[in-house]
Amino acid sequence: MTEQTQTTYTPDLAARFPEWVTPDSRPGFSGYLVQREHLLDFCKTLRDDLGYDLLSSVTGVDYLPEGKLEVVYHALQTVGGPMLVFKVQVPRDEAVVPSVVSIWPGAEFQEREAWDLLGIRFEGHPDLRRILMWEGFEGHPLRKDWKEPYFEEEVKPYKSRWPDGQVERIEDRMPLQDNVQYPAGFDPESWTPDGDESLYRGLRKLLEDSGSELKTDRLIVNLGPQHPSTHGVFRMVAVLDGETIVDLKPVMGYLHRNHEKIGERCSWLQNMPFTDRLDYISSMSNNFGYALAVEKLMGITPPERAEYIRVIMAELTRIISHLISIGFLLNDLGAFFTPVLYAFEERELILDIFEAVSGSRMMCNYFRFGGVARDFPEGTLEKLRELIYERLPRKIDELDRYLTRNEIVQTRCEGVGVITAEQAISLSTTGPILRASGVPYDIRRADPYSIYDRFEFDVAVRYHGDVYDRYLLRLDEIRQSIRILKQALKDIPEGPVISGKPQWQVRVPAGESYGRVEGPKGELGFYVVSNGKANPWRYHVRAPSFINLTALAPMARGGKIADVVVILGSIDIVLGEVDR
Amino acid sequence: MTPPEINSPGYEIPAEIRNQVNITTLDRVYNWSRKNSLWPMMFGLACCAIEMICTAASRYDFSRFGMEVMRPSPRQADVMIVSGTVTKKMVPQIVRLYNQMPEPKYVIAMGACASGGGPFKEGYNVVSGIDKFIPVDVYIPGCPPTPQALLNGLITLQKKVETESIKSARWYGRRPIQPIPIPVLGPDLMDPRKYGEIRELARQKAEAEAQAAAEAAAPAGEPEAG
Repeated sequence: MTEQTQTTYTPDLAARFPEWVTPDSRPGFSGYLVQREHLLDFCKTLRDDLGYDLLSSVTGVDYLPEGKLEVVYHALQTVGGPMLVFKVQVPRDEAVVPSVVSIWPGAEFQEREAWDLLGIRFEGHPDLRRILMWEGFEGHPLRKDWKEPYFEEEVKPYKSRWPDGQVERIEDRMPLQDNVQYPAGFDPESWTPDGDESLYRGLRKLLEDSGSELKTDRLIVNLGPQHPSTHGVFRMVAVLDGETIVDLKPVMGYLHRNHEKIGERCSWLQNMPFTDRLDYISSMSNNFGYALAVEKLMGITPPERAEYIRVIMAELTRIISHLISIGFLLNDLGAFFTPVLYAFEERELILDIFEAVSGSRMMCNYFRFGGVARDFPEGTLEKLRELIYERLPRKIDELDRYLTRNEIVQTRCEGVGVITAEQAISLSTTGPILRASGVPYDIRRADPYSIYDRFEFDVAVRYHGDVYDRYLLRLDEIRQSIRILKQALKDIPEGPVISGKPQWQVRVPAGESYGRVEGPKGELGFYVVSNGKANPWRYHVRAPSFINLTALAPMARGGKIADVVVILGSIDIVLGEVDR
Repeated sequence: MTPPEINSPGYEIPAEIRNQVNITTLDRVYNWSRKNSLWPMMFGLACCAIEMICTAASRYDFSRFGMEVMRPSPRQADVMIVSGTVTKKMVPQIVRLYNQMPEPKYVIAMGACASGGGPFKEGYNVVSGIDKFIPVDVYIPGCPPTPQALLNGLITLQKKVETESIKSARWYGRRPIQPIPIPVLGPDLMDPRKYGEIRELARQKAEAEAQAAAEAAAPAGEPEAG
């Protein structure tokens, strides 16, 4: 893997395709600007000739002062190496871009998201509907001239919160005392709600012909959003032929908390606690990604001790997340709650350490730009050593012994929800899904960040691409994390934990930056654009759970309805991150 | 063994029958049995749901307080723990679930988001607290509340149950309890109880816009006319 990383190169695309692309020469920006007409040709060349086989992220930026909308693509080579970023600019009033779904099917949900939130229409997209908001919602919220009902000022800190030292609630200023706004002249009685009509319309044509000689009726079945095994407020709409799944569409947005809009109002540091609430099971690794993105822009690096603390926290988080994932997978298999209790027992011990270090069990808010908030309190390292050297390895083996050779686990998981390596790459999956399909892509090795190049560990990889391999892979990864933790605990130096003085208002130079970490669920990326002011101009999260869900329908098709729950469990989503 | 608090005060029970006989009121027995078997609905919205699961797990274990049976179906549940951010897209389902729960039913707003919108309050898709739509019995602060805080909230709810009386309970009233109208997803979230106000607001907005347009047009038109 390491040799391959060194042999990858970034060709000068502007010299190679002078008619198609120009280098992005704005100060602080990188990558290429592609002509809209040549986007598809360019992407095809990237994928077929240059080896950028995985399209990691698609998002948009609204440059209101210039009157432009920009679609930003991040592509990568699964053999490793840095990302390639390219952009397409379109005028705001005529925001149409060709869809790249035909080249990278993994762009499907992300293009829908860009349509929903920014109003960029993707020509040739197979199913361009709103994804996070509902059909019929007024406006595209991430456009800079769109104001939410509780709009106070463009950016925080708001002066309106404490007029004359008196606290004032925004509801009291609203006409309906509520967080709502309606178009002028609107009459609620004449409104016909969409009622998911556009969703069902696409599925109904599958109802007509079952194709078999036996005349059977096909059904549309809804699972969720209130369903005990959807891991939160997630909904799946399945077309069934008997018990077999003909097609399946995930429906999300039930936990869409407007992370990105709020993030563009907040100051840089104020966003840190919000990142905790993305993937709320692994808050520390969310902090990590955001800190990396902003540090890249600021051009600072944390001191040695802080780097070690960060790695320790990120790996502990990975252990927690994988433990919970395994526990809930067994829940979905019908082993109701008992395996989860085993997972939670270990998780509580790690949470104790998080609480000691950061003051909070779940929402740690621990990382700062250029370091971490505070040093370990006394006795933490001893506790960690006991946990890492004694308890966790023993408990992981115990879990392994109870579950791996269990007959029910094997029969229900082996050969279920299979995707091949090619599919996994084209669907833009990352993390355990990709690696369980035989692609050894781990950002910690492929494009090392922080100090991961110092540690000895193996990129866990499995080859069958089924639920069972994804389970095994998570066990492998916990063991590798323990290995990293042992080395980090041995080498951690003394010293400061933050570079410079802690600041509440950091200066971030203008430019763009994409920070990514190998989160427990996959590639967690933060795309931030700064215009040199106290708040980000654009703040986008490339959420691994969200994009991995693109693979849900291909995994489930042709399987049984009972297996969908297990397949979903093996993808391991957290709704805070899916919906953001 | 019956706990001592079930006995009405002021009655002397002879020591030899103290374990077999209780002197109490119907309300006390009724409330005592209900409060010790509050079944929560297995219903998670966001981050707080994870802490709710922790509270159910072995370390905190709320079955010690009579709540071990979590039911995924609202028809079998007594307590709805609204554990997380209530979004506009989700609130119709939450109200529907609440309507499906049989009386007596209670609602706990767990965490800052469910109580009042929390850190995400300003978001365009966030409801500023579930109490805008359904009545809440206990609010638990925290983001997320620790399992101890949730336990405290559940114990507070038990105390509330203790104060109720069969005579005045709404579920034994003469008239059937009306379900709460389910919000509708329009251009924004619409509460059917507020349709009149919404129409009035939209009319005012249209008037203000027309006036602003007229004002903007007037100064531009004057020089030409003059």
